[in-house]
Amino acid sequence: MTDTALNALPAISVRSAGKIFSVARGAEVQALTGIDLTVAPGEFVSLIGPSGCGKSTLLRLIADLDSATSGEILVFGKTARQARLDQEYGIAFQSAGLLPWRSVQANIELPLELHGVGKAERAARAEELIELVGLSDFRTRYPDQLSGGMQQRVAIARSLAERPKLLLMDEPFGALDEMTRERMQQELVRICSETGAAVVFVTHSIPEAVFLSDRVVVMSPRPGRIVDIVSVNLGPGTERSDALRENAAFFAGVTAVREALHGSPVAPLGADLR
Amino acid sequence: MTMTRGADRTKSRASAVLWGVLGIVVLAVLWEGYKAVGPVAGVELFGTSILPKTDDRSMPHLVDMLTRAIEPVNTSAGSPPVWVAVIGAALNSLGVAAVGWAVGSVVGFLIALLMQRLHVAERAVLPWLILSQTVPLIALAPVIVAWGGKIQIGAFSWDRWMSVAVIASYLAFFPVAVGALRGLQSPDAIHVELMRTYNAGWFRTLLKLRLPASVPYLLPALRLGAASAIVGTVVAEVSTGYKGGIGRMIIEFAQSGTSDPAKAYAPIAGAVVLGLVSAAIVALIGLSLKRFNRQEAAS
Repeated sequence: MTDTALNALPAISVRSAGKIFSVARGAEVQALTGIDLTVAPGEFVSLIGPSGCGKSTLLRLIADLDSATSGEILVFGKTARQARLDQEYGIAFQSAGLLPWRSVQANIELPLELHGVGKAERAARAEELIELVGLSDFRTRYPDQLSGGMQQRVAIARSLAERPKLLLMDEPFGALDEMTRERMQQELVRICSETGAAVVFVTHSIPEAVFLSDRVVVMSPRPGRIVDIVSVNLGPGTERSDALRENAAFFAGVTAVREALHGSPVAPLGADLR
Repeated sequence: MTMTRGADRTKSRASAVLWGVLGIVVLAVLWEGYKAVGPVAGVELFGTSILPKTDDRSMPHLVDMLTRAIEPVNTSAGSPPVWVAVIGAALNSLGVAAVGWAVGSVVGFLIALLMQRLHVAERAVLPWLILSQTVPLIALAPVIVAWGGKIQIGAFSWDRWMSVAVIASYLAFFPVAVGALRGLQSPDAIHVELMRTYNAGWFRTLLKLRLPASVPYLLPALRLGAASAIVGTVVAEVSTGYKGGIGRMIIEFAQSGTSDPAKAYAPIAGAVVLGLVSAAIVALIGLSLKRFNRQEAAS
């Protein structure tokens, strides 16, 4: 398949997908129902919602770590399973999930190593990525010698190792402190717009979702479904900086997502944020 | 930080040696102390002996044990000193135990691999493993010697030391099988799923994830297996009638106990040292795998 044909296809296309988990004694839990979602190539989409709304489950269905009970999930026009077999996406989880006996460089090289990439090429790619995530001085360190934020950067570098056109991220900054988190968000938004990858990003945080995304998908639990999709018009990722966090358009986005989450306009407290 | 950590380690190693020496001193003081104050006929309660006799035949002085160890084994000309004979016998046993340990470790690891691969196998095999360790060695020895005696393939014929090695491996495989299984199952779900997203099959996942992750569990298991192999060898030497090892020597010297009580303690000490040496050898192997002992810091 040529690049132009690939670009014509949506990165992700989910059609009326549902997921039912069977739990003990034949009881069933409807985790997701009637999910319709299309993600364009290079688009950054966040999934947000309260615990139990199925946002992580949706991500796992796209990653083919679970399979949908009904509906259809296509990744670059292929079934989710075929997309996984073809290594169409990179993934990062809430915990970095680095292998403790491998150095930073060796961790980033892991997917390349598994797919038979030569040693010199692996090292060159790892070097690029280490620079991209700003860990040049830590190339030979081991995960237990890194802070949580640094570990997560390594995990992000690893997810980018094979130049995927799609990144799946399940609350990757969930365990970080607020300051590290904001810095990581800014770096992620820069990295993603530089690599041109589409991103599906699961989060609990409204400001995080608004800061990062082109569109925010708002979900609701019991059963998990999409209640609204909020478009955030904050310009391309390369132009998103810390200053944006104090910008009126940013606040407008936060308010829109919050209202979608609560299902009705929230009366402003005190000062009007416009 | 590295400096203080290094200093701490030297300090803790020094204190470990100190405690070890102290333990030996306490044992020696207890032995000689009881011998000095205890009644010669021992202590009996309702006809049952609860404390040993303290005469020189039952409890020789430590000095006598040490001096006896440097004297010749017997009065015949050219007889080597006891300690030399003990070292020879200990090395003989160490060789047999090493074969048993190696065989047992390989078998144990393969069983663990099978149990990891097939859940059915884990449920079917694990109870048998536990059951296997309840069979008394003494009952097993004659069977293995008898079966071994029937094996004759070309120039190869079953030797008695092989029976001893088989019994040693029978004890050694168990901790290795259990430890390796725990180790192979130790990777987090997130790591297993990551390998799945890389489309890595069972063997790749084994090589890149499960094997390295099993090292922290495998090393203590191998150490335990080594100690078990030594115990198995010593006991099996006696019950199979294999000559030349330390187990046999303990029995032989103990039989001369009435006339030469101090002599029997040298091979016993030799067997203890043998166990320590074998554990140390395995620990040295572990040093080369040190980097797999790293744990992931909580993020």
